[in-house]
Amino acid sequence: MDKIYFDNAATTYVRPEVLDIMLPFFSERYGNPSSIYEIARDSKKALEHAREQVAKALGAQPEEIFFTGSGTEADNWAIRGIADLYKNRGNHIITSSIEHHAVLHTCQYLDKNGFETTYLPVDGDGLISLEDLEKAIRPSTTLITIMTANNEIGTLQPVKEIGEIARKRGIAFHTDAVQAVGHVPIDVKAMNIDLLSLSAHKLYGPKGVGVLFVKKGVPLKPLIFGGGQERNRRAGTENVAGIVALGAAIELASGELGEESARLSKIRDKIIDGILSSIPHTRLNGSREKRLPNNVNISFQFIEGESLLLLLDMKGIYASSGSACTSGSLDPSHVLLAIGLPHETAHGSLRLTLGRGSTEEQADYLLQELPAIVSRLRDMSPLYEDYLKRKG
Amino acid sequence: MLYSEKVMDHFLNPRNVGEIEDASGTGTVGNVKCGDIMKVYLKISDDGTVEDAKFKTFGCGAAVATSSMATEMIKGKSIDEALRITNKAVMDALDGLPPIKVHCSCLAEEALHAALWDYAQRKGIIIEGLKPPVNDIGEHDEVMAY
Ligand SMILES: Cc1ncc(COP(=O)(O)O)c(C=O)c1O
Repeated sequence: MDKIYFDNAATTYVRPEVLDIMLPFFSERYGNPSSIYEIARDSKKALEHAREQVAKALGAQPEEIFFTGSGTEADNWAIRGIADLYKNRGNHIITSSIEHHAVLHTCQYLDKNGFETTYLPVDGDGLISLEDLEKAIRPSTTLITIMTANNEIGTLQPVKEIGEIARKRGIAFHTDAVQAVGHVPIDVKAMNIDLLSLSAHKLYGPKGVGVLFVKKGVPLKPLIFGGGQERNRRAGTENVAGIVALGAAIELASGELGEESARLSKIRDKIIDGILSSIPHTRLNGSREKRLPNNVNISFQFIEGESLLLLLDMKGIYASSGSACTSGSLDPSHVLLAIGLPHETAHGSLRLTLGRGSTEEQADYLLQELPAIVSRLRDMSPLYEDYLKRKG
Repeated sequence: MLYSEKVMDHFLNPRNVGEIEDASGTGTVGNVKCGDIMKVYLKISDDGTVEDAKFKTFGCGAAVATSSMATEMIKGKSIDEALRITNKAVMDALDGLPPIKVHCSCLAEEALHAALWDYAQRKGIIIEGLKPPVNDIGEHDEVMAY
């Protein structure tokens, strides 16, 4: 069997049809969109076409789309841009405790520089409570930033309702939709979104290109200073090839979204049900219903995630985990701790994220191989030994 | 991050996994918080030779591999020799570990020492140069099953 890539939340490949479209912009069509002669105009046109494609996919206007160097940059820009702009009006930001580090570390930086962030807790499914949100709002609150879909446990937040609350209170609302765009329907108008981040490499575009949507009329300080690109709001010669690819990729993803998400949810549910029913001492992390169609996250008690990943790798299955050993720190994933998992259960988590290459057969193969791998690790686990002894 | 071939070999084919029913000493070190727990069982003969060693480990690839290597190294050693098995020796025998995994090798040394300490306690003897283990099995008791 070919290698099975179950880590599409980490990144995706560039679709061949997208690669075909982007390649000429590295060679013949290399003009700088800021120049005035023909090949420059060609680049400029391609850039603006991509802007229209992205706008259409989000239900936005082209002039509300700003290209960035990554999803991380879009998050940094949205948060710092709003916080900085309104710092005389207020210094309070509201976010959640399960955001991506691109958001969390930006807020933590601001906390050290005169701002104050409230990190809303989440329930066992990873959902914030709208009541908590309302209660957290102060006269000094200038920004609410809550992610659309969580990258580890796939939980979908009530974005529309959050946006409604923010709008009623006159507070800017940003959402990190990096894991959501191309996977679940997004309409910035209907969902009351003021600012939204996305990234090309999660939807079959290349790495190193992202977008910040900024609703018309929402002012924002620049993060990067220099030339007059992106209507003076984001300096730096545009990554034309990457942007063109993002435009093509997002258009394709939007067109296929309904069908693809139905296909993936079916495989997702097969894996979730298969694991929970065949392997004891397991639990699903994240909400069963309010969940990305391509996300599976399961904790296996008494075992550690990295060992699990290494053994899956030996079987040709690529996945990820929230264990400390795979995060490069001593603590397991902040998301898994925030939903209330004890440390050892957080260390034993497995994230499988599906994509265009995923099939039912791959799910069958995983379900066939996994039980023996888990048993093998449990047999060498002192925690499992203790458990068996206590059980008697 | 890249593991050496030796580490992968000891992870995939760990030596000495298991328990010793009538162990002369056992030691458990590490904590669930950072995701590594090692338990070592030693069988020590009357003349003070480590006859057998087994382990159980909850942890990453490096933790399993160092447990496997450390138990291999201690077998057949006198207590004095056993005390001289350092984390560096275990790591060298595995052709090194990635920098963020070096703490796993410390755990292996600590686990051996903890088992030797337990042996000394049970025998009522003092082993020159052996310090009591730092017991940091934090939340261990909280492990709940579902
Ligand atoms: C939720 C979320 N936000 C932000 C990012 C960062 O995006 P990028 O890799 O383009 O910087 C990621 C991707 O890792 C993500 O999953």
